[in-house]
Amino acid sequence: MNSSRRSFIKVAGITALGLGTQPLTQAMATNASHGAGPEVRKGPQALLAKQWAMVIDTRKLQHAEDLEPLIEACHKIHNVPHFQNKKHEIKWIWESHFHNVFIDLHNSYLSESVENRPFLTLCNHCENPPCVRACPTQATFKRESDGIVLMDFHRCIGCRFCMAACPYGSRSFNFRDPRTGLNEKEINKKFPTRTMGVVEKCNFCAERLAEGKMPACVEASNGAITFGDLKDPHSEVREVLHENFTIRRNTALGTEPCVYYIV
Amino acid sequence: MNDKKWIVLGLIIFLGLFSFPLWYNMVIKAGKAAPAPEVVLTAKAKAAKECVMSKEYMTTEHMQLLDLWRHSVVRNGKREFVNPEGKTFNMSLSNTCLDCHSNKAEFCDRCHDYASVRPYCFDCHIENPKGEE
Repeated sequence: MNSSRRSFIKVAGITALGLGTQPLTQAMATNASHGAGPEVRKGPQALLAKQWAMVIDTRKLQHAEDLEPLIEACHKIHNVPHFQNKKHEIKWIWESHFHNVFIDLHNSYLSESVENRPFLTLCNHCENPPCVRACPTQATFKRESDGIVLMDFHRCIGCRFCMAACPYGSRSFNFRDPRTGLNEKEINKKFPTRTMGVVEKCNFCAERLAEGKMPACVEASNGAITFGDLKDPHSEVREVLHENFTIRRNTALGTEPCVYYIV
Repeated sequence: MNDKKWIVLGLIIFLGLFSFPLWYNMVIKAGKAAPAPEVVLTAKAKAAKECVMSKEYMTTEHMQLLDLWRHSVVRNGKREFVNPEGKTFNMSLSNTCLDCHSNKAEFCDRCHDYASVRPYCFDCHIENPKGEE
């Protein structure tokens, strides 16, 4: 058997090539047989939008008693705990005074009705959310599909950078086990609670939108709150925005809040 | 330098003590593996026959499946799961899994204790979605 160096190198080269492509062909083969695997999708009733937005008609919500059922509806559905100590307070939606809500509008002499009116405040689901940029684990993120700023509690490490970043104070930290602040009998069993050491906030009722329902506060507001797609020129919110002069919270920061107020 | 016997004796005593767990378990009190736990199915789970995926898959891969569900629901907003047989499920630990497997203590905990894993799912997810005692 006489084998030249040349033929030996040829055979070695072809062998190396064959071994090199083997993982590739194997991957292709498994990919091809993956046709009938499980699949995930949105439910058929899910409400879709490019950017959800809310318009709050504060003229229809004149007194604290008008806001109470809205806040109650939200906090009940989402198992938001209630603690006596203000420092431990968890809030998704709450009432606030004009001066605290619109800190950049400092007219000294307000109309009496606005001066005395409670304002409903919640997460603004900004188009350019500073909390998302601050989060080191991407636990809070802006959902591409509908623009909701959501929390992934599984990822939250409780660093509270997002709370420092949010200019609207929309976020609360669970200093205590939230289950201790809930009435055992009133827990909504369909919705999870949170755990100690995570930050939480309003989720624009993402779980209800997925079932084709409007957010809880919108449903409880008797038409005082309009909810819809900001990017759809024919949506209900766009119609309301077209017909009314609205203001938003602290627009100078460039966060582009998606909660509008009719004053 | 006549300490050789002391050094050797010391070494023997040291090795004897050091390997104590090994020979104690082999010679004096021969250990037996703890028996694998029996998982109890509720009547509803039995009636359904097939879980979301096959039984073998669920036994070994349910954590991967739950991780996929979690990611899909929380981050992508896709809440419906279609299994290879074409059946659809709402991807929810409390509302789907625990709806059938409503006996967490006998179904989840037994195996988790045996395998010494402590998943923190139930710190947040409600373990008794129907509110039964």
